[in-house]
Amino acid sequence: MFQGCHKNRQTGLGEQQGLQGLDARVSSQGDRLLQVEGLTKLFGTLRACDGVNLDIARGEIHALLGENGAGKSTLVKMLFGSLEPNVGTILWNNQNVRLTNPAEARKLGIGMVFQHFSLFEALTAAENIALSLDATTPLRATADRARELSSAYGLPLDPNALVGDLSVGERQRIEIIRCLLQQPELIILDEPTSVLTPQEADKLFETLERLRAEGKSILYISHRLEEVKRICDRATVMRHGKVVAHCDPRQETAASLARMMVGADVKIASRGEGTTAGEPRLVVRNLSRKPANPFATALKNVSLSVRGGELIGIAGVAGNGQSELFEAISGEVLQDQAETVSIRSRPAGRIGISERRRLGAAFVPEERLGHAAAPRMTLSENLLLARHHTDRTFAGKSGLLHFGAVKRAAQRISQAMDVRKSGDDPEASALSGGNLQKFIIGRELDRQPAVMVVNQPTWGVDAGAAARIRQALVELARAGSAVLVISQDLDELFEISDAIAVMHHGELSAPIPIAEASFERIGLLMGGADASGHATAAA
Amino acid sequence: MRFELVRRPERSALFSALSPFLAFGLTLIAGAILFALIGQNPVNALYSYFVEPLTEIWSLHELAIKAAPLILIAVGLTICYRSNNWNIGAEGQFIIGGIVGSILPVLYPEFQSPLVLPLMLLMGMVGGAVYAAVPAFLKARFNTNEILTSLMLVYVAQLLLDWLVRGPWRNPGGMNFPETRQFDAQAVLPELFPSSGRANWGIVFALVAAVLAWLMLSRTLKGFEIRVMGASPRAARFAGFSAKRMVFFVFLLSGALAGLAGISEVSGAIGQLRPTISPGYGFTAIIVAFLGRLNPLGAVAAGLLLALTYLGGEAAQISLGVSEKVARVFQGMLLFFVLGCDTLIHYRIRRVAQAIAPSSITDTPAASSSEAAALEAGGTGGAR
Repeated sequence: MFQGCHKNRQTGLGEQQGLQGLDARVSSQGDRLLQVEGLTKLFGTLRACDGVNLDIARGEIHALLGENGAGKSTLVKMLFGSLEPNVGTILWNNQNVRLTNPAEARKLGIGMVFQHFSLFEALTAAENIALSLDATTPLRATADRARELSSAYGLPLDPNALVGDLSVGERQRIEIIRCLLQQPELIILDEPTSVLTPQEADKLFETLERLRAEGKSILYISHRLEEVKRICDRATVMRHGKVVAHCDPRQETAASLARMMVGADVKIASRGEGTTAGEPRLVVRNLSRKPANPFATALKNVSLSVRGGELIGIAGVAGNGQSELFEAISGEVLQDQAETVSIRSRPAGRIGISERRRLGAAFVPEERLGHAAAPRMTLSENLLLARHHTDRTFAGKSGLLHFGAVKRAAQRISQAMDVRKSGDDPEASALSGGNLQKFIIGRELDRQPAVMVVNQPTWGVDAGAAARIRQALVELARAGSAVLVISQDLDELFEISDAIAVMHHGELSAPIPIAEASFERIGLLMGGADASGHATAAA
Repeated sequence: MRFELVRRPERSALFSALSPFLAFGLTLIAGAILFALIGQNPVNALYSYFVEPLTEIWSLHELAIKAAPLILIAVGLTICYRSNNWNIGAEGQFIIGGIVGSILPVLYPEFQSPLVLPLMLLMGMVGGAVYAAVPAFLKARFNTNEILTSLMLVYVAQLLLDWLVRGPWRNPGGMNFPETRQFDAQAVLPELFPSSGRANWGIVFALVAAVLAWLMLSRTLKGFEIRVMGASPRAARFAGFSAKRMVFFVFLLSGALAGLAGISEVSGAIGQLRPTISPGYGFTAIIVAFLGRLNPLGAVAAGLLLALTYLGGEAAQISLGVSEKVARVFQGMLLFFVLGCDTLIHYRIRRVAQAIAPSSITDTPAASSSEAAALEAGGTGGAR
């Protein structure tokens, strides 16, 4: 059983009171700022939130844990006024409130920092902040206020810097300052560290602790268990729309928290025997790319070699050139010289993605809907999307399609990867993120590619599906393929890679063998420490 | 207080299919009100407009004559629009097709051969395709907006035709009327059943084109490419499909079909070139394409309906004494209602109580911030 943890399977009021009695520490810490009782939200027949109870005291950092699709975002949307609950009450300072739009929530003192920022890249930080204030506030006053806040909370930021020039961490600071300017009592942070280096995350935690010391409350949404254990006072765990536990994360282990989230033990990919690596199958030589638009990252002299049987990971904060590198390797963007990219010893820099696939390469881009798959098309059509050039059984020389064969293959892939879907051949957008990702990975694995390049294999995917995908990638490498995984998730890379290289400002460090790699070392490289030196050494 | 459109979490399949019928029903109601307002008995007026033309054999032939160009053009536009390319200039490609196809009978009347007609049709298609290649090239090369360029080229084509028939191509024995010489029998598209009416092979071309286009869209890799390109351009690039080649393909194809419609009309229904050879077929075909749900077979049904509005307009002019512009009014209402129905099937209207606070705008400045956008838009995206 989970120690120090109150399980709350039913959602009766009595249970709730029991909870209050049990958790004495909370009441000693002060009054309740927000109390949610029996909150339920239906989408059609789906109970996205089912009788959710939650209370947040003044001056605490409260973690909201759960897998994708557990109902966290639905709950938060209701707290932020952009969704109205079907049933249930929200008490703010012990008063019943109805939140019908975000402006009302802001007026009460609820602020939110989104996972995906909404900033104009062509404007300065101060201008972006001013957009959220009354039109009458002069820009200079806003900039001064922002500067004040940034020094008070340890969020270094130049209000006059163009957002386009700022790192992801700095952009997040703008969002946080923008939120703080509204003087909120409760700040909701949605997966704030998913875009930060370990060192940047440390700085964020200091800021959060300072806010807590001032008596502000923070609702911290995350699936990173170590950091929840580190900074959160209490945690509420959700699964399938229900609250399954309230607990003190400091008294839990990461494994026990994961078990609550997932409902079962989480498997860790077994790396298997590191076979002796074979011939280089994917080689990138001195790849440089000018930025395609003012806000894209230039690639600077990237070199890399992946052997058969090897799984190389590329770490880095988002926006440091990973997507640009992926596009260049996949052939969605061609290179000037054919030798820049070789696939199975053939120069491939001048040929497109279909021809590169024919050389035995397979690609999985970061975005599932709209890049890897067309949302409004069926799974079998989406299978055809990536395989029409490599599988003659799908599309003959005459140009006629053989939908029977495509559908059978789609079924086979769904079975092999345990893709759970509603109908026989549903639209891609009807699948959950994890199931669609399993299908997209399976679509490539089914070909047994000699070279596999994956960008963010488990981004936004539930733990069960993520474990399955990681295992499949490891197995592919062990079977002799060259596998390149680009990921922001360091835990993932440490779990599956044979060596990890780091991308920063469009440069790629030399790969560090997993035995010599540590979080700290990789984290420093992600922050830009001396990456160029390594790249030169590699070139 | 103001209104905003909010995307529905799921659209009703039933209403999507019913939408063209709903639109037609609403057009009839609005038409009845319109007729009542100008002092006509709405029932009689609608009868003579929409039913009477269908009661006689000869007027069914006329329906086929009017429907043929509409369907031919709309089939091409359907393919174009499915790939997310917006050719609005089919009227111009229709006219150029008519002009280029008429080169042989107008300039070389002495060339007599059974090959004349096939050559004319071929040249008409080439003419339309080449004319459509202009906006395609401009889009692929300079990223211009094809809606504007293709539309503007319509006026160029109209003026070119006007100049030709008043100038160099005017019939030397035609008493200075602005028209070319009458085509010889070999240059005229034959009628299907000469005993009962004028309908010519144009309608057959239209039906064949519709079936072939449907087969292409649903059964071939090229059709798949077109659909992916329209549904998700980035996914199409990932699939290895080239957007630039697609621009040329769909513009050339739709231009060729419009050109074929043009020369068929000139050769079959008119028999010579005149300053005006189209009552706006190229524009009306846009309505046909949308009313036909961007499906080539749907375009056949929609083409017949729109042809009826032309016939009804003529009939109403005669029996009711109203302006023939009434046909354009009906066509406009039909497009308005079909687009309105489609919009309301995908979105619902939400009333916003007060003017939006400046602060709540900021969370949705960029399209990329989809999460924030969904939140602010009332969270209807929450079910995703």
